[in-house]
Amino acid sequence: MTASEKNIVLQGSELKQHYEVSQGPFKPKGVVKALDGVDFKVEAGKTLAVVGESGCGKSTLARQLTMIETPTAGRIEFNGKNLLTLTGEDKKEARERIQIIFQNPYGSLNPRKKIGQILEEPLVINSEMNPASRKERALYLLEKVGLKHEHYDRYPHMFSGGQRQRIAIARGLMMNPKVVVADEPVSALDVSVQAQVLNLMMDIQKEFGLAYIFISHDLSVVEHIADEVMVMYLGRVVEQGPTHEIFSQPKHPYTRALLSSTPRINPEQRIEKIRLPGELPSPMNPPLGCAFHGRCQYANDRCKHATPELVEDDKGTLIRCFGYDEGRLDYLNE
Amino acid sequence: MTQPTVSVQGPRTPLAEFWFYFRQNRGAVMGLGYVVFIVLMAILADVLAPHSPTEQFRDFILTPPAFAEGGQAQFLLGTDGVGRDILSRLMHGARLSLLIGLVIVMVSMIMGICFGLLAGYFGGIVDTTIMRLSDILQSLPALLLAIAIVAVLGPSIVNSGLALSLVYLPHYIRLTRASTLAEKNRDYVISSRVAGANPLRLMFITILPNCLAPLIVQGTLGFSNAILDMAALGFLGLGAQPPSPEWGTMLSTAREFIQSAWWVVTFPGLMILTTVLAFNLMGDGLRDALDPKLKQ
Amino acid sequence: MSLLSVKNLSVTFGTGDNPFRAVDRVSYDVDAGEVLGIVGESGSGKSVSSLALMGLIDFPGKVFADQLDFEGQKLLEMKDKARRKITGDDIAMIFQDPMTALNPCFTVGNQIMEAIAVHQGGSKKERKAKAIELLRQVGIPAPEERINVYPHQLSGGMSQRVMIAMAVACDPKLLIADEPTTALDVTIQAQIIDLLLELQREKNMGLILITHDLALVSEAADRVVVMYAGQVVETGPAEELFRNPQHPYTEALLKSLPESAAGKARLDALPGVVPGANDRPQGCLLNPRCPYVEDKCRQSEPELIATTGRHAVRCFKPLTQEDAA
Repeated sequence: MTASEKNIVLQGSELKQHYEVSQGPFKPKGVVKALDGVDFKVEAGKTLAVVGESGCGKSTLARQLTMIETPTAGRIEFNGKNLLTLTGEDKKEARERIQIIFQNPYGSLNPRKKIGQILEEPLVINSEMNPASRKERALYLLEKVGLKHEHYDRYPHMFSGGQRQRIAIARGLMMNPKVVVADEPVSALDVSVQAQVLNLMMDIQKEFGLAYIFISHDLSVVEHIADEVMVMYLGRVVEQGPTHEIFSQPKHPYTRALLSSTPRINPEQRIEKIRLPGELPSPMNPPLGCAFHGRCQYANDRCKHATPELVEDDKGTLIRCFGYDEGRLDYLNE
Repeated sequence: MTQPTVSVQGPRTPLAEFWFYFRQNRGAVMGLGYVVFIVLMAILADVLAPHSPTEQFRDFILTPPAFAEGGQAQFLLGTDGVGRDILSRLMHGARLSLLIGLVIVMVSMIMGICFGLLAGYFGGIVDTTIMRLSDILQSLPALLLAIAIVAVLGPSIVNSGLALSLVYLPHYIRLTRASTLAEKNRDYVISSRVAGANPLRLMFITILPNCLAPLIVQGTLGFSNAILDMAALGFLGLGAQPPSPEWGTMLSTAREFIQSAWWVVTFPGLMILTTVLAFNLMGDGLRDALDPKLKQ
Repeated sequence: MSLLSVKNLSVTFGTGDNPFRAVDRVSYDVDAGEVLGIVGESGSGKSVSSLALMGLIDFPGKVFADQLDFEGQKLLEMKDKARRKITGDDIAMIFQDPMTALNPCFTVGNQIMEAIAVHQGGSKKERKAKAIELLRQVGIPAPEERINVYPHQLSGGMSQRVMIAMAVACDPKLLIADEPTTALDVTIQAQIIDLLLELQREKNMGLILITHDLALVSEAADRVVVMYAGQVVETGPAEELFRNPQHPYTEALLKSLPESAAGKARLDALPGVVPGANDRPQGCLLNPRCPYVEDKCRQSEPELIATTGRHAVRCFKPLTQEDAA
């Protein structure tokens, strides 16, 4: 076991989530593969970003990791123990250590509860702490996320979006988590507030040694905060690797298209525009072969019939693409 | 310089906000005032009432009100067919009517909330069963169903209260279920789930407070319905039994004097009318005051 | 003469001595064939100003302006009916959420044909042919079939395309797009922006692109207006403005983007939040958050002053290139 492997706090393997969908009274039930075989690892103090468009399965992954949904198949290991087979105290303990921050700060705080009650709820449920020490912890974390003690007795509607997201972060920290799953935590915020919240998240990560699973569609944010990036398309990982590798030389055509579609202020950072035709295929009946072939300009016959596997390159990046395997992606040869 | 206004503006408690909106509806404030008046009258009936509600003044049968011709100063609103003081009976009747209304609304609301939360939260077969049963209840005319139940259980104030609670149940179930469905998938509920809250806590502590606003409004309106239907049952002789001074019963026993002594019928009728109106006005105001918050 | 010319447009809400100015003396103009980007955070008044333009501010909002001219016609002095004719025929608008902007009860074709009928008329057959042609123009595959689907059968990107088709149905001279891609995915956003720019060039329309996304504006717009708390704080040609921002707010916004922080651990965040309705400061509206604040900024309010060429800044001490470096 190498040093870095020791630090792995959360690991998923072959995670699947299939939903049965009724298509009408006399038709056979359809299967939606929201997540179809996803593997990942995340180390303490590191950030794994999950990137993709809506419908790619990134939110399903977040729901699995926080045990809101049970995977159809696969393993989730937290500190070496399989979450899915845990029971009783162990399960409760694991649940406390994996927390979630939601996208919409207006919906994630109970509008009828005071900030203090919201923050202390996890403690009330999971611990036998007395009210005084609960309050002490809540105040301590309010301070940590840059809010004041007097905010303890207020209701959520008195706060701005950025402040609410700070409260949500404080709530996530109440149980001393090891892993925080952040589902688009800054995409509902204004630019200047977004920077404040991102800074806060990074400060807290350093201070508490948290591992982040950072789900986002905003690549410029991901580039800034992530150590490793996982690009998903229709329930599968298409490219996965160190942030620097992915952003300096995207290998999968989809990653490249995503990057080139992201607007940039600095003209030097803009890369040649690749416009993907069409839209994400319906997960109800995904195309045969590589799921991306319908929108890919490099697709050939093989892509239409066979499904590529994830292949590792010499720099530790995983790519799921026949074009890459066969060396026919011309942008890589420039 | 701008600082003071900020700190005043910021922490407006939900109660203050509620009062701010409620105050803007003048009818609602009047309704509230009248309801407070009736409640005080009911509580202080023993002190305020000039006579006992059941004492029969045999010498003063069917005395007109004090302000009418031939009235007596000691019987402000006149006396009924057996010489009981109408004002005193109305005051004591307020007690009975309000109590009945309150009990009926509480019973049906609590049961409705439980069933509605169960149906909305668990869905599936639980939902189907509860909702179909409530559909059946709702498909029968309310008063007819109540009459049928009372006929089986026997006429009494408790039985008719029970019957009416059952009749009103479907409204509360539907309302609670609808709001529960809307709230169930909000992020704050999910984050409580992630924190490890069990279904009971989720239903009653997390979700329920956010569903209360429409229920409170429905409860207030239901209150007036309960008083009205109770009066109707009383009028039919199925509710409160004489000599207890219930408004509906007072009306029904006064039927024979409609043409000869108008006051015996008019005052109980007016009481029912104004009380129901006040509750409805108040309910409207509550709806206005609580709804903008829901929309946020 | 510019296509649209706005001078000192203000929109106030509320009554009494101190009504809330959602938009405060905003001036800009748009030429035919030009893309004007309006950027700002939420609450900056960027959407309200365009609604005021279209005459869509309802009571209790009040609109004032020294000048609100479209092709030399004074919109503010017109009767409602005449104004509606202009705003309907020559100015079109696209909104943020395409899913709610289409009426779910009617087919897509029906709604486009309705838009054509109101402004151009024509027989049903002609209108249908036009609707199919429009759907083809906005890049919807198999328009003959899609014309009969209902909005809920379309994805967000497709719905936005339909909205664009409706907007350009009567060949407007000015198109206002209010956050047209905020609800969409990145690759779809790129498609829609390309489509808008293509149509704009083809028809030589003026395009006002309202968004919170600085990078998007920097790529798409010719000129940019930066708004803060209801006021225009800086305006100028896109490239120049983003290269050499002269207002501290613009500079701070650009710095707070993760893109500008390459290699740095922390982002340069502007402290505080956009002031709300009740807590606007005295003097320059940015003064509590501004790193360059001086006493003067707390006492009096700067005017929007032209600096170089078409560049104008609302600041007592506009940043020069040396400051920014």
